[in-house]
Amino acid sequence: MAERQKIDARGAFCPGPLMELIAALKLADIGDEVDVWSSDKGSASDIPAWCAKVGHAVVETSEHDGYWSVVVRKAK
Amino acid sequence: MSKTILIVGGGLAGTIVANGICRQMGAELRSGALNITMLGTSETHMYQPGLLYIPFGRMREAELFRDQRKVLDKRVNFFVDPAKHIDVEKNQVSTEAGRTFKYDYLVLATGSRIMPQTIPGMKEGGHWFYDLDGARKLRTALSEFQGGKIVINVNAPHKCPVAPLEVAFMLHDYLKSKGLWDKTELTYTYPIGRLHALEPVAHWAKPEFEKLGIKYETFFNTESVDPEKKTITSMEGSELPYDLLITIPPHQGAQVIDDSGLGKGGWVPTNTKTLHREGSTNVFVVGDTTNIPISKAGSTAHFEADVTIDNLVSLCQENTFAREYDGKVFCFVETGLGSGTYVWFNYTTPPNPGPPSQMIHWFKLAYNRLYWLSARGLL
Repeated sequence: MAERQKIDARGAFCPGPLMELIAALKLADIGDEVDVWSSDKGSASDIPAWCAKVGHAVVETSEHDGYWSVVVRKAK
Repeated sequence: MSKTILIVGGGLAGTIVANGICRQMGAELRSGALNITMLGTSETHMYQPGLLYIPFGRMREAELFRDQRKVLDKRVNFFVDPAKHIDVEKNQVSTEAGRTFKYDYLVLATGSRIMPQTIPGMKEGGHWFYDLDGARKLRTALSEFQGGKIVINVNAPHKCPVAPLEVAFMLHDYLKSKGLWDKTELTYTYPIGRLHALEPVAHWAKPEFEKLGIKYETFFNTESVDPEKKTITSMEGSELPYDLLITIPPHQGAQVIDDSGLGKGGWVPTNTKTLHREGSTNVFVVGDTTNIPISKAGSTAHFEADVTIDNLVSLCQENTFAREYDGKVFCFVETGLGSGTYVWFNYTTPPNPGPPSQMIHWFKLAYNRLYWLSARGLL
């Protein structure tokens, strides 16, 4: 059964949203989803760019009140 | 009725908590109203940041270790008996030796460990300095190195987030002093699109690397290492040849956390401010063990421990909560073998590293000794 995990990386200076996502995907099973919350607008473009490079799927990117949510599905 | 505080883990965070509570609750310990028990995995306490200096011959192995019983306040009941199962419903921990410890308050300080075995070929083809055996092997490899391609390869997640940059700068100075820098090509790889997770540190490091002639490749997450061909390959599709691979392997938390169902990968879901385990009000999590999205570093462990001491003492004495953790992290950054800087930040204050100086490097060297006062809860 695929799971969805949330990482609230809002305001996280180090290691930051993308590094948290990379770490979480290493522990996830294929098909699992990770929803990263980031207060850094750059994450909304950095995370999809990295996913495109390595082949993970971006399920959804959305802007909320002061933060961005990027949902990534582990594809391999 | 007597209360029991049980601390699982004898690293920096657990040790500071134990000693700090002893300092504040002497009367309760004397009267028997409180007892503190620690379950550790080793008779010795290691100063982990000192491992960085071992490959360069700048610290002796013996300087890294103290007898844990001497670092701990004598009033702490210390057992070298690793936790085997942590049951937060029954408020008890069972151990490898078959003991069972009940608690009123539990402190999880089980730390993190390197996992090179999770990447094919890394254990066989890589060197590292994040444990003593690795630091010894890297010391030998560096002493035999006569020039060629060195790759410093950083993987997520890892503790001590400035150590990869430090080892790059120190390696430059070390090889230059041996007359080998001109025969060396040093490449640094990093998992995200800059040289360090902290943006200001990355912005500072980039021109420094360019000035020294250190190459770099960003968006490099290791897929595999081929020890025969001496190549390292990234998930992003890049391949680098190496003569010496210095890797910062990916980390995980303690197996007992995973085995007890307390957190995937050994990281415990933790409230970012109270440091409570999510779902518990009598279980605190400190140091690398938390899943809080901040640096896994000794200073993080120290500041979290200080908050936890105040809260545990306050809960035991006044039945109230004292204060919240503000996310404070402080890291020295060695910028060579003779200069250094530092960076600090918290949940609301971004980092702003100052210019490197010899004086800060000396202060870091002094802290390499002062650490033992931190662990004893005196600094």
